[in-house]
Amino acid sequence: MSRSVLTILGIVIGITAIIIVMALGQSAQNLIVGEIQSLGPETIVILPGKQPKGLSDVGGTILGDSLKEKDFKDLSKKENVPDAANVSPVVFSSVSASFGSQTYDTIILGISPSLFETFSLEVKPAGTLFGLNDVNEKSSVVILGDKAQTELFGNSDSVGEKIKIKGKNFKVIGVLAKKGQSSFVNFDDHILAPYTTVQDLTGLKYFNRITVRAKSVEAIPNVIKDIEFVLRNNHKIDDSKNDDFYLQTQEDLVKSVSSITDILTIFLGSVAAISLIVGGIGIMNIMFVSVTERTREIGLRKALGATNKNILVQFLTEAVILTVTGGMIGIVFGTGLTALTVVALNKFAGINFTFSFPILGALLGLFVSSAVGFIFGIFPARKASLKSPIEALRYE
Amino acid sequence: MLTNAMLIETKGLKKIYSIDGSETPAVNGINLKIKEGEFVAIIGPSGSGKSTLLQILGCLDRPTDGEYFLDGKEIDKYSDDELAHLRNKKFGFVFQSFNLLGRLSVLENVELPLIYAGVPELKRREMAVKVIDSVGLSDRVDFETMRLSGGQKQRVAIARALVNEPRIIFADEPTGNLDSKSGEIILEFFEKLHEDGHTIVLVTHETYLAESAERIIYLKDGLIEREEIANHKSFRKI
Repeated sequence: MSRSVLTILGIVIGITAIIIVMALGQSAQNLIVGEIQSLGPETIVILPGKQPKGLSDVGGTILGDSLKEKDFKDLSKKENVPDAANVSPVVFSSVSASFGSQTYDTIILGISPSLFETFSLEVKPAGTLFGLNDVNEKSSVVILGDKAQTELFGNSDSVGEKIKIKGKNFKVIGVLAKKGQSSFVNFDDHILAPYTTVQDLTGLKYFNRITVRAKSVEAIPNVIKDIEFVLRNNHKIDDSKNDDFYLQTQEDLVKSVSSITDILTIFLGSVAAISLIVGGIGIMNIMFVSVTERTREIGLRKALGATNKNILVQFLTEAVILTVTGGMIGIVFGTGLTALTVVALNKFAGINFTFSFPILGALLGLFVSSAVGFIFGIFPARKASLKSPIEALRYE
Repeated sequence: MLTNAMLIETKGLKKIYSIDGSETPAVNGINLKIKEGEFVAIIGPSGSGKSTLLQILGCLDRPTDGEYFLDGKEIDKYSDDELAHLRNKKFGFVFQSFNLLGRLSVLENVELPLIYAGVPELKRREMAVKVIDSVGLSDRVDFETMRLSGGQKQRVAIARALVNEPRIIFADEPTGNLDSKSGEIILEFFEKLHEDGHTIVLVTHETYLAESAERIIYLKDGLIEREEIANHKSFRKI
């Protein structure tokens, strides 16, 4: 009995690992997809540079300067992109802000007011958001993220105060309500200003991205076509291969994130599968021992009328019961450990993982563990079934 | 065509073992006829081939040479599965060392042949309980067999041999591991079974056991040395 327990340990560990990998992989995917979808499915992001095919291309999208003011102006015209609800440019730069003796290194985001709506941003009472006239007049106003406010002002009021960035004064007109991470941006950390103000401050003549919101999900293909037409026309590009910009829909992002987490899950799952192979070999070993020990029993059963097939099925069933038992224990362990991990991540790392019972992982675990029993049980079972009744009965 | 009344008939039955290149005959050409309902004892010193003969007659082993007719059918061409079905439906075995599955209950042990015969569970239980009752162990039905005494174990084995209503019961030294009192009880069972019309083939090396049989076949060096019609009991029926 204790021998069986030790033998199925390999299966237990393997299935536990598979359940954890699959469940956490699914949680991570849900989290990331949730972030993406918080932007709304109608949002299309235009990025400079070529569509990155690998890590080395990412630089192009951060440093690219192909998205100009004229592009934004043209995209904003109703006749050019009729199905767009709004078009918001984003420009950002790394800066050091100070108030009195306090300094805070952060990134200043230059945006247009329509982005407040896209990201559902709100200011705390006492403050206001900036408007289109602030953009047009390049007003020296900023809105502080929650963390930026704390770093510079501690607990005192900041609205109405002036902070210094690159030697210039900016009036704080509001503080963002604490929001946390959303769509990969944590606005709490940043300082927001009209994009014209930021362009003036940094001397940047381009945008890091332009966010276009389609009127509906159905309109997305049309909007994409219009954007591509406008940009290719502005940049004098004839062939889509030479595009110096690329578009990202939320659907694209979800797809690419899913494929990445899927690959990770498969990779980690394969590592766990090695434990299953080792466990399976253990099962095979114990089954061979058991077949030898029970030679007389096999002989007796055959004397009483058991056919080779009866004996084969008996030993195969025993192997499968052994591994499936291991599999079920593994599913319980794996689910428990996943739940603990999720709780720990939430509590200590602030990562908002949600726990759900990994039904797919559990089904896979059951299937795999019975397959392991079958594959590694078939040889010992066959050996048992081929014993001649009298040889087996004579065995001491 | 063979005589219909013959249940078992062998012609020149041989079993030769090759050990280290030299051939050792355990059964060396046996011609034997056993009628339905007969109680036959095969007796001989150890090494005379009596157990090997029993194993061949019980289809646990195959002869090297010769012919074996069971119910008039030549069965040495049967496949392993056909032989398994034959053992299941027509034979009951009682071994010297009982050969019970110790961790199973009396009931489960007795049910085994019925499982392989494909008898449904309820029917199986009913049949097994009836046979266990007939060997006087109805108060031990759910006992693990390893907790029984030797005599009780052999009675379970007899119940198991009887449960599928076999044509022939093969017993190999059934009292060899028992004290004389338990042995006598077992022997009485065999006598009773014979009176009920069962065909019994008993292998032993003890003359007093063989005397319960109608006919005694003396075996020596793999050959039938002589046969004799045993005691008055056998004439009672004829």
